[in-house]
Amino acid sequence: MDHQEYIVEVVLENKPAARDPVGETIQKDLLAKKGYNMVSNVRSGQYLRINISAANENEAKEIVDKMCNDLRIFNPVTQNLTILKVTQKN
Amino acid sequence: MTIKIAVIQFPGSNCDLDTLYVLNNVISNGIEAELIWHNHFKEAQFDGVVLPGGFSFGDYLRSGIIAAHSPALDEARIMLKGGKPIIGICNGFQILAEAQFLPGALLRNDSLKFICKWVNIKVENNKTAFTSKMNIGDVLAIPIAHGEGRYYTDKLKELEENNQIVFRYSTENGELTEQANPNGSLESIAGVCNLEQNCLGLMPHPERASEPILSPKQTMHGRLFFESMVEFIKRRVS
Repeated sequence: MDHQEYIVEVVLENKPAARDPVGETIQKDLLAKKGYNMVSNVRSGQYLRINISAANENEAKEIVDKMCNDLRIFNPVTQNLTILKVTQKN
Repeated sequence: MTIKIAVIQFPGSNCDLDTLYVLNNVISNGIEAELIWHNHFKEAQFDGVVLPGGFSFGDYLRSGIIAAHSPALDEARIMLKGGKPIIGICNGFQILAEAQFLPGALLRNDSLKFICKWVNIKVENNKTAFTSKMNIGDVLAIPIAHGEGRYYTDKLKELEENNQIVFRYSTENGELTEQANPNGSLESIAGVCNLEQNCLGLMPHPERASEPILSPKQTMHGRLFFESMVEFIKRRVS
């Protein structure tokens, strides 16, 4: 089967129970002080954009999911991993 | 007997020479410590290993995660199972946590700042390979230097029940207060060990606290870690 190039976008963020002082500082010390009181919470994280060759979208997603788990790209003790989007590269 | 200790060097290690100096020149006592590049480490040649502080592989992605996949950690895993002593200091602790030798993880300090200062830690477990020369409740003066040292675990109860919490940040009198906790660590945890107690990880730097001339209070509490390690190795092989 022909393989295509896909782009898988992944976000890693601290679990809700683990404090995120980066997000807290952005919300409390910048946004709230500059009048953006409508913002009640900010969580920070890491973003990875992965180019991958796969048979289809689903396989691209599965490989990324497996590799992130096997190699601890995210730390399951403190972080959650979300696959945001899979797009085919033109 | 000659006690062979490996001090592993990763790209970015910067407390490796301090550790080597303390082992060979301050403790000595039959120790022959050697710097070993992480790709060249063969566990069978050594009685114990130190993963020193500093950085590793730029600490990209998360502190210690790339080093946790290096060949040195595969060798160290054999050591761990064989019961040899393994200590991870600062970045070494982050590596051991990411490699799952030790429970939990090290997150960014809650102040978001890199903190470099002398702190006090209280001994909670003196049965490990690195704490036999200490007493429970002893308060040690020892410096920290890190940006990501906030200990976190989702298995706190388990750690307490298994006596895996080895050190907590405290005041000089051994009280656990918020002010004495420099980085926001859960329950002031500064160091933990594995179930078998032959592997210890801690954020503070014993190698920087082993000579009175380096300490603001002329203490040398850092020696106790390495002296305990020597005793543990001697007992193990005899």
